[in-house]
Amino acid sequence: MPAKGWIEVNNLYCKACELCIDACPPKVIALDMERMTPKGYHPAHIVKDGCTGCAICALVCPDAAITVYREVTKAAAAAGG
Amino acid sequence: MARELLKGNEAIAEAAIRAGLDAYYGYPITPQNEVLEWMSKRMPELGRAYVQAEAELGAINMVYGAACTGARVMTSSSSPGISLMMEGLSYIAGTEVPMVLVNVMRGGPGLGNIAPSQGDYNQICKGGGHGDYHPIVLAPANIQEAVDMMPLAFDLAEKYLTICCVLLDGSLGQMMEPAELPEMKPYPHPFNQPWAVNGAIGRERRILTSIYLEPLEEEQVNLRLLKRWEEIKKNEIRYKEYYLDDADYVVIGFGSAGRIALSAVRAARAKGIKVGLFRPVSVAPFPYARVEELCKKTQAFLVTEMNSGQMLDDIRLAVRNRVPTRFYGRLGGVMPFADEILAEIEAMVKNPPKAEEDAAQAWLQRALAAVQD
Amino acid sequence: MATLVTPENLVYARTRGLTDMVEHYCPGCTHGVAHRLVAEVLEEMGVLDRTIGVAPVGCSVFAYNYLNCDFVEAAHGRAPAMATGIKRVLPDRIVFTYQGDGDMASIGMGEIVHAAARGENLTVIFINNAIYGMTGGQMAPTSLPGMKTSSSPTGRDVESQGFPIRMSEMLCTLEGAGYVVRRSLHDPANIRKSKKAIRTAFEVQKNGLGFSMVELLSTCPTGWSQTPVASLGWLEEHMIPAFPLGDYKISGPVAALKI
Repeated sequence: MPAKGWIEVNNLYCKACELCIDACPPKVIALDMERMTPKGYHPAHIVKDGCTGCAICALVCPDAAITVYREVTKAAAAAGG
Repeated sequence: MARELLKGNEAIAEAAIRAGLDAYYGYPITPQNEVLEWMSKRMPELGRAYVQAEAELGAINMVYGAACTGARVMTSSSSPGISLMMEGLSYIAGTEVPMVLVNVMRGGPGLGNIAPSQGDYNQICKGGGHGDYHPIVLAPANIQEAVDMMPLAFDLAEKYLTICCVLLDGSLGQMMEPAELPEMKPYPHPFNQPWAVNGAIGRERRILTSIYLEPLEEEQVNLRLLKRWEEIKKNEIRYKEYYLDDADYVVIGFGSAGRIALSAVRAARAKGIKVGLFRPVSVAPFPYARVEELCKKTQAFLVTEMNSGQMLDDIRLAVRNRVPTRFYGRLGGVMPFADEILAEIEAMVKNPPKAEEDAAQAWLQRALAAVQD
Repeated sequence: MATLVTPENLVYARTRGLTDMVEHYCPGCTHGVAHRLVAEVLEEMGVLDRTIGVAPVGCSVFAYNYLNCDFVEAAHGRAPAMATGIKRVLPDRIVFTYQGDGDMASIGMGEIVHAAARGENLTVIFINNAIYGMTGGQMAPTSLPGMKTSSSPTGRDVESQGFPIRMSEMLCTLEGAGYVVRRSLHDPANIRKSKKAIRTAFEVQKNGLGFSMVELLSTCPTGWSQTPVASLGWLEEHMIPAFPLGDYKISGPVAALKI
């Protein structure tokens, strides 16, 4: 079963460049057209299930706006990982 | 220490080393190659930094880098090389870090020649780069004076976070004279100035830059530079006077021109002319106040330089047409002989100019007429 | 799900090697990626407090606002000389320059060649996006033949405007160069390779093994008049053939380095 992941996008930094959207393998990211950052961009956010916490979005983000979380499963925790 | 027979360029280099020089970055250009060559031997010997850069452009930017770390750093060059350094000098001034520049002037403009000249006075005294700023410029007239100036130059540069230029010409760089070198300062010394960029170990990080995009901020920086310049003007005026006590006439010259003029002044005295010599040592800041004082008891000034009248403009600012002024210049790397200046003194005494007469114009007419003869 | 936001689940957070300042680069500009990689490497190596960066003139003139270490600002093209001046008096510090294609390959050509020739123990991060960003999109020494820029409006004409310069190929011929590689920032796999190269370059400096440079093919969405995502594709399609990725110089001692 794929890991469950989550991202937080810092609105101070996100410039809606969409590189994360393009790079995300499960395609779970989109721009939030309902909100605006202080600079007037529509920030990226997760729009559906399927994030695996692979952190590829954070890898391509030019503004280091993304923090990535991945669920530590019980099995992984038991193995000390 | 004993007096030794020293070559100007080498003496200056060694004096800088003894003053605690951490880094020399330079490039060959006649007539100051011996500075670079001396450094190339001594600095590695002493474990200090030395690089012959790709050109003066590289050299001045290496100086800029080291200056930012708080190191004692200098470079040396001559007229065309100084032109190449003007960009770096402006950046160094704008970033407010200290450096020493040794400027050994030669004939110009352009490639010119390797003969001694004073044709770059304006270039360096008025800034030496773009923008509103003033380096300190000191002009020695003999090798001992130049040697003594080196520790002073570093001290002034560091005290005022500015460029201090030691301004000489090819003849002083090349000649050999007896002089005494100072003792070697204890070395190494730490680079721990409160503004230095040298790795943020145990402190907040620092940035040194000359960019201030916001004009109002840039204006404040400029005002800060000017405020320091006011302090420098108050504290760092230097000049030498010879035979002025009872002088009716005063010859004014700096560097080698002043030195040659001294011989002429002595010869004139022997002929009974009451003439003295005023020799600015700091040409920036310029000793305007002292020249103004001299106006009170002087019948006429003779200004002599190895250029077309650059320091003359500073004299004119102080004199303001109150006292007749005559000018004598040689150009393009030609050095005057003492008897030429003696002839000028005698001409001045015999036919003093009017106070309102333009000294540079009058000289130029004479010089052009002489060419036609 | 937001419930996953716990310290134990943290996989990736913004590096301490970056300051808090919002970067002024255009959306999607890979300067930001390059900055982030340099910042991460310096933090991971634990050398932030002994690093001095030299900022160029170009879009990244304010790099010193974003990278969290001591910094100085160089004149256009002069960063390798300024860095030399610093490294020679502070040899135990990590000194790096961060330069664009105009800064390094045009006005700074003399300084970079000689820094490499002298084998200065410096690290150079070279951002090659084939255009002048800051001044409004003019032709760069690395602009491609036929490329339309604001100073080659009908496309770069090689007859009158010359050919692009391949800096990695040129500098690797110098014995003083210990590590000269070209990478790209256009997709995740290449970004990972770029980070490894940047880490190697700084290790080369740390071990005193000569001049190190990482050329990073980068995008300029604004200058290229494309969207950020489309720019990545343009880079892959047009720039990589002109500037092949690879290792151009790995000296013996560098190859033997264990990182």
